[in-house]
Amino acid sequence: MNELIKTMNKLRKHNRKALIPFITAGYPNVEMTEKLLAVLAENGADVIELGIPFTDPLADGPVLQAAATEALACGIVPNQIFALATRFREKYDTPLVFLVYYNMVFSRGLEAFCRDAAKAGISALVVPDLPFEEAVALDRAAEAAGIINIRFLSPTTSDHRLEKICGSAAGFIYCVAVTGVTGERVQMDAGVDSLLLRARKHTNVSLALGFGISNAAQAKAAAQKADAVIVGSALTRKIMDAEPSNSLSVVEEFMQALRNAIDGGDIDAG
Amino acid sequence: MENKGKFGQFGGQFVPETLMAALEELEQAYNTAVKDEEYRRQYRDVLINYVGRPTLLYHAEKLSAALGGAKILLKREDLNHTGAHKINNALGQAILAKRMGKKRIVAETGAGQHGVAAATAAALFGLDCVVYMGEEDISRQALNVFRMKMLGAQVFPVVSGSKTLKDATNEAIRDWVTNVRTTFYLIGSAVGPHPYPTMVRNLQSVIGTEARQQVLDMEGKLPETLIACVGGGSNAIGFFHPFLNDSVRCIGVEAAGHGLETESHAATLTKGTPGILHGAMSYLLQDSDGQIAPVHSISAGLDYPGVGPEHAHLKESGRVEYVSVTDQEALDAFALLTREEGIIPALESSHALAYTAKLAPTLTAEATLLVCLSGRGDKDVEAVAKVTGVKL
Repeated sequence: MNELIKTMNKLRKHNRKALIPFITAGYPNVEMTEKLLAVLAENGADVIELGIPFTDPLADGPVLQAAATEALACGIVPNQIFALATRFREKYDTPLVFLVYYNMVFSRGLEAFCRDAAKAGISALVVPDLPFEEAVALDRAAEAAGIINIRFLSPTTSDHRLEKICGSAAGFIYCVAVTGVTGERVQMDAGVDSLLLRARKHTNVSLALGFGISNAAQAKAAAQKADAVIVGSALTRKIMDAEPSNSLSVVEEFMQALRNAIDGGDIDAG
Repeated sequence: MENKGKFGQFGGQFVPETLMAALEELEQAYNTAVKDEEYRRQYRDVLINYVGRPTLLYHAEKLSAALGGAKILLKREDLNHTGAHKINNALGQAILAKRMGKKRIVAETGAGQHGVAAATAAALFGLDCVVYMGEEDISRQALNVFRMKMLGAQVFPVVSGSKTLKDATNEAIRDWVTNVRTTFYLIGSAVGPHPYPTMVRNLQSVIGTEARQQVLDMEGKLPETLIACVGGGSNAIGFFHPFLNDSVRCIGVEAAGHGLETESHAATLTKGTPGILHGAMSYLLQDSDGQIAPVHSISAGLDYPGVGPEHAHLKESGRVEYVSVTDQEALDAFALLTREEGIIPALESSHALAYTAKLAPTLTAEATLLVCLSGRGDKDVEAVAKVTGVKL
């Protein structure tokens, strides 16, 4: 069975919420990404989402755009990221998923990309610019390689599409908590509660809330609504703002705060 | 599952999930509008009484004589209100936005012609207007920036990526996805996710429909060849489309920048490969990993690494030929038309003219070349002075 499905099932069985941190591969550099992956795995990540930087990330806000730009400026290429994933998965059981824009999958070839990803120990692909209507070919390639093409839902998703999306989902469904791009927000979209209720009627697949979750308090609120919480920009912001020598311990601390919050602990100030 | 809005393998809807509902809403509103006599009357009315259509079909006798060979006819889109074909599209979409109850439009712009057209349409129809423009283009097109501001638009500089049209488009889409419930994305070319390429082509088809009738009236026969510049490709697709079932040769002219052998060009169909950008599958200039390549053209309106998906299909089917001319060839054509005919063309349109200048001498006077003069060159005068070493 796919590692992601196994992990999500286990968490559901134990009534635990999943914490899914996101980082950009190659930001601030490849060596640090490798160390950061280890810190995430050792500090409460149930699944890790690793972003493949793209020149034109139109679903991303300023923080993740900046991270991708910097990673690309350092010259990172997909082959290095596959190798990085392979090295991580040799040491850790934590399922790894790729966040990747569709052109980069298409460019490598759908079958080749999925095969290489599976070989590197990747469980799933999260492709933010591939709505399910266009996903037939990638679904087929992913299935052949034994990995999952993750589905998305948004507060604006209509009922008739939602039913079809839920019906073809596996691993988790990426539920967008805000209309907009990635990045920290003060609050979630007003349509989130109803989105999760609507989705729940049609699927038992875990519902993950992402986009805009900025701190432990928001992660806690998200965990009360959904099965999993995805934190990306806020984590990257911590890395950006930290002294380079200090960034691993800053991430460690932030991960522990998020973990504690989604497990139902009290929120420390800040 | 059969996907919507495909031209062969190209087109489609490659957007974040949040936008899917907006595209569905737009498609329904557009399909209803085009069948509604009131929408069509309103659009026809602004084209005639506000834009000044039909635009002239002008026999460029002196230019034809100077080049020797074919008879050259210019479709004078430069005579439109705001100075380019862009207004045809902007008004059609603005009327639609208004019908849909949207109060705010966002647009991207390269040369600023679409930004000006969008800001103009917004002023006319009482809509709030936000225009995203690459920082690089803002400095190249200062006059258009000021024009947009005078028209009441907010112009946001885009500092990400190459700071040109591609990045302005990313930013406009990011704004749209954020404010999707209240905002209409008024796209400037026949690019983007379905239904935009089809809708923009239909709105711009007024160019080809008029030209076809005008040339028949003038010559009693169809032209041998059509020539138009291609960046995103809206003037070209609108110009070509009404002729596609005729046996008329169609040539799209891309920007070869410093030369196709360099990396500084924007000849997407000539040198690119299929890929996905800005919501559609089409040809792209990209590296072997699928990263979008930096592009260059002296013309801000052609400085784009993608192209409309219908052009990608027309290239693959062979119905339309795509060629390219360099910055220098475009500058020479800019000077040629200005001196021969007293018409200052946009640098975008100068690419079509540059290829005309190559082709015309190889043909006889029996052959008619119909060229889309997509815009006027006032906006480019400063840039041309700069590259030719003239201090204003």
